[in-house]
Amino acid sequence: MTTAHADGLKPPSAAPGAPHGQPRTVSGTAGRRGRRTTQLAAWGFLTPVAAYLGVFYAYPLYRNVDLSLRHYTVRSFVQGGAPFSGWGNFHQVLHDPAFGTALRNTVVFTLVSILFQYLIGLALAVFFNRGFRLAPTLRALFLIPWLLPLIVSASTWSWMLNSESGVVNYGLHLVGVGQVDWLTSPHWALTSVIIANVWIGIPFNLVILYSGLQNIPTELYEAASLDGANGWQQFRRITFPLLRPVSAITVLLGLIYTLKVFDLIWIMTKGGPGDSSSTLATWSYRLGFGSLLPQFGPGAAVGNILILIALVFGGLYVRIQRRQAI
Amino acid sequence: MKPPVARNRRNTVVGVVLTAIMLFPVYWMVNVSLTPQSRMRKDPPDLLPLHPTFSGYRAVLDDQLPYLGTSLLIGLGTVAVTLVLSAPAGYAMAKLHPRGAGAVGLLLLIAQMIPGIVMAMGFYGVFLELGVMNTWWGLVVADSTIAVPFGVMIFAAFMSGIPDELISAAKIDGAGVWRTFRSVVLPVSRNAIVTVSLFSFLWAWSDFVFATTLDGGGTMKPITLGIYKYIGNNNQEWNAIMATAVVASVPATVLLVLAQRYVAAGVTAGAVKD
Repeated sequence: MTTAHADGLKPPSAAPGAPHGQPRTVSGTAGRRGRRTTQLAAWGFLTPVAAYLGVFYAYPLYRNVDLSLRHYTVRSFVQGGAPFSGWGNFHQVLHDPAFGTALRNTVVFTLVSILFQYLIGLALAVFFNRGFRLAPTLRALFLIPWLLPLIVSASTWSWMLNSESGVVNYGLHLVGVGQVDWLTSPHWALTSVIIANVWIGIPFNLVILYSGLQNIPTELYEAASLDGANGWQQFRRITFPLLRPVSAITVLLGLIYTLKVFDLIWIMTKGGPGDSSSTLATWSYRLGFGSLLPQFGPGAAVGNILILIALVFGGLYVRIQRRQAI
Repeated sequence: MKPPVARNRRNTVVGVVLTAIMLFPVYWMVNVSLTPQSRMRKDPPDLLPLHPTFSGYRAVLDDQLPYLGTSLLIGLGTVAVTLVLSAPAGYAMAKLHPRGAGAVGLLLLIAQMIPGIVMAMGFYGVFLELGVMNTWWGLVVADSTIAVPFGVMIFAAFMSGIPDELISAAKIDGAGVWRTFRSVVLPVSRNAIVTVSLFSFLWAWSDFVFATTLDGGGTMKPITLGIYKYIGNNNQEWNAIMATAVVASVPATVLLVLAQRYVAAGVTAGAVKD
């Protein structure tokens, strides 16, 4: 059950003037007409959203595909009439050495972020599931990083990771580690944005996995501990297997969200130094908007490649959800 | 199994320590916002704001106030657009069994998977053509694309939990579909309305992608761009930057305090199936 409606909907126990369960006889023709008017009403309620999706999703997306198939300059972008160039833009970006780097960084950024977010989120969820004094309050506080505007988190981390005056390097200095150039060295830039992204993603994983844990019947643990299973065995034999469906959804949603991450990386490193922390999302932005000579076509082409990747995981997500719904 | 009191207390202590570690960056943001510029690059850094200054916050008042207003306007506009579009749609999906509901649901799901940066590029082209760059309502339109699919999903999930008897009772009393929706369904859907409003406001308030791409260089900027311009212009004034960050975090914090259970509901909805 989704918590959205588990969350305390208490319908009035008896609607005024309408005894429950009173049999209603509906003749055949009236029923069919009734069904047709309900269809009309249903689509009356849906039409605004359908029109909205058409105008504000489908059209910008179409524009984006169109952009990626034409050779645009700033002039033709404003005035129209850019020549059709077929797969030219895709060919150009796929053969750009920056593509390999961006793709590799996207994969590393996404997988490493998800791995740590999930493991830390799961450990915290199991911990909070013990139920102790203050647990609900502390769990709520854990949500803060996820709710802050990304620009706030990104600029805070930027200053914390500052080479000379950052508090992270100060902490490392106390334990005897020398200065790390988190954001200015090509070796560390990707690690830095991953650290910040893991921090932002932990709350999401914690909340979903926690609500999954709540659905595991406590009797199972009681039975297991009667059989002499210790904490780790209970986790391995009960918690983890029963949490698998929720874990799958968490990880897939995480994948879809993390592929899209742009703000954080752009604000912290702009994909740099060089292109050491550039991902498909930041590269697409850099091509389209990042310089005085915008390359809208190639930028849109990279964006469309990103959509394709996201849709693959999206398809997986839909399949898993369907299977769980049955 | 009754956990002994000592273990319970130990768990609480561990929990407090973990929370403190997790929230350290937030603390550090507040600390730096109060640190005088002259002590900013001190080694070791001031771990506590023992010499607090409010000059950073004064800079926020001087420079960023109009941006905060713009963000508020965009946030509220996005909430309005999202609610008006998604509440009726959610009701239709949950209770009216329209033909093609499955397809609409799938489209809404796909819509949520499209990277914001791609949408931004598409909007850029359209907005440039229509000459609506750098308008607050243009950003409302763009920002609502993040929230509307989510809103429909939440409303549909919530409203399918409303007992059918309640709706047929209204029908027997002679209420039409619209009357039923307005006078019966909406009033009992308060929780869903709060959840959707909260998230659409926060997302619009935090938006950076649309703000930076659809900014025509005019004066009407949201606060996220205010911070971004700060970082770009005076790279050194970290107490002013962090003070702005603290102010920009206020809505998230207030909403979390006032409506914590709705936040958890929004995060979980859709992820955990019935």
